[in-house]
Amino acid sequence: MEVLRVKVWRGAEQGAFQSFEVPRQASQTVLDVITHIQRHLDASLAYRFACRVGMCGSCAMTVNGVARWTCRTHVDTVVKDGALEVAPLGQLPVIRDLVTDMAPFFDKWARARGRFRGTRSRHDEFARIAPQDADRRQADAGIECIGCGVCYASCDLVAWNPDYLGPAALNRAWTLVCDARDGAQAERLSAVGGDAGCHACHTQMGCSERCPKKISPTAGIAGLKRALARAVLKGAL
Amino acid sequence: MSARGETILWLAQRASAAVLALCVMVHLVTIVFAVQGGLSAAEILGRTRGSVVGLVFYATFVIAAAVHAPIGLRATLGEWLGWRGASRDVALVLFAIGLAVLGLRAVAGVFGGAA
Ligand code: FES
Repeated sequence: MEVLRVKVWRGAEQGAFQSFEVPRQASQTVLDVITHIQRHLDASLAYRFACRVGMCGSCAMTVNGVARWTCRTHVDTVVKDGALEVAPLGQLPVIRDLVTDMAPFFDKWARARGRFRGTRSRHDEFARIAPQDADRRQADAGIECIGCGVCYASCDLVAWNPDYLGPAALNRAWTLVCDARDGAQAERLSAVGGDAGCHACHTQMGCSERCPKKISPTAGIAGLKRALARAVLKGAL
Repeated sequence: MSARGETILWLAQRASAAVLALCVMVHLVTIVFAVQGGLSAAEILGRTRGSVVGLVFYATFVIAAAVHAPIGLRATLGEWLGWRGASRDVALVLFAIGLAVLGLRAVAGVFGGAA
């Protein structure tokens, strides 16, 4: 039987890789490998997953040096010389083994005003927004984010400026800037434009390259820069 | 810095980049044409001195560079050295003034005065 040599991070910020041997199987995902280790080799291994089908965003890890969603990453596509190295997602505090603390990541969504603020009540008519509406299309392009944090871990700017809101939070803000129903636009633009906001982005596109949902946060960030420029030129900010 | 301030810097950098792109092209093309067959310093000064077009063009070039470079440097200083806040911005304003003064002095030297 073919075996896979797997090194898995153990510990928290301080720790070391531990080696395991896992039977190789057809169509095996990286999450399958980690689950095998936890079920059959070392029950104390901590990791996170929920849906196993690329919807929940909880299973992201660093696989052979690259941030990926592990439930939809086939071993075939990432294995190097029969070996895998699996570490926790980068640029976030490690709680234990493969589990990171996602709080700093989601706190930034809140700081970027990533929450919809409606302007109508249940007594009002529904807003009518045509499917082909230009703003709606831009929002649609970014809306499928599953919050996995792969983009955040892949962004050099996050490493260089720890306050930087990061691609996911800015992408979320952009989908709301494009939402005609939202009533917090000026406030949101102020929130995404500071020292740690969209202007920090150098368009290196690490986020867009790695996003498992093929979203381009870079495009959204560019959109935010344009929206801010328009607001400033109009004297609205 | 506020969202407004940061946006103004971004606009200034974009606008100065556009000016610089044009200026660099004109500058390089001019050099390539002018140098054909060799050129001495005296010949260059003979052609440039008193040229109002040259004066205005290169003064614009210098000012665009003095706007553009410090804004780019601002990000680099923040990201690589962790230097942020008011002290960085004061230092960069001085740097911008330095660039403008030295550049405009050179422009005055080459294009000012009679032929
Ligand atoms: S487990 Fe839900 S996205 Fe991977």
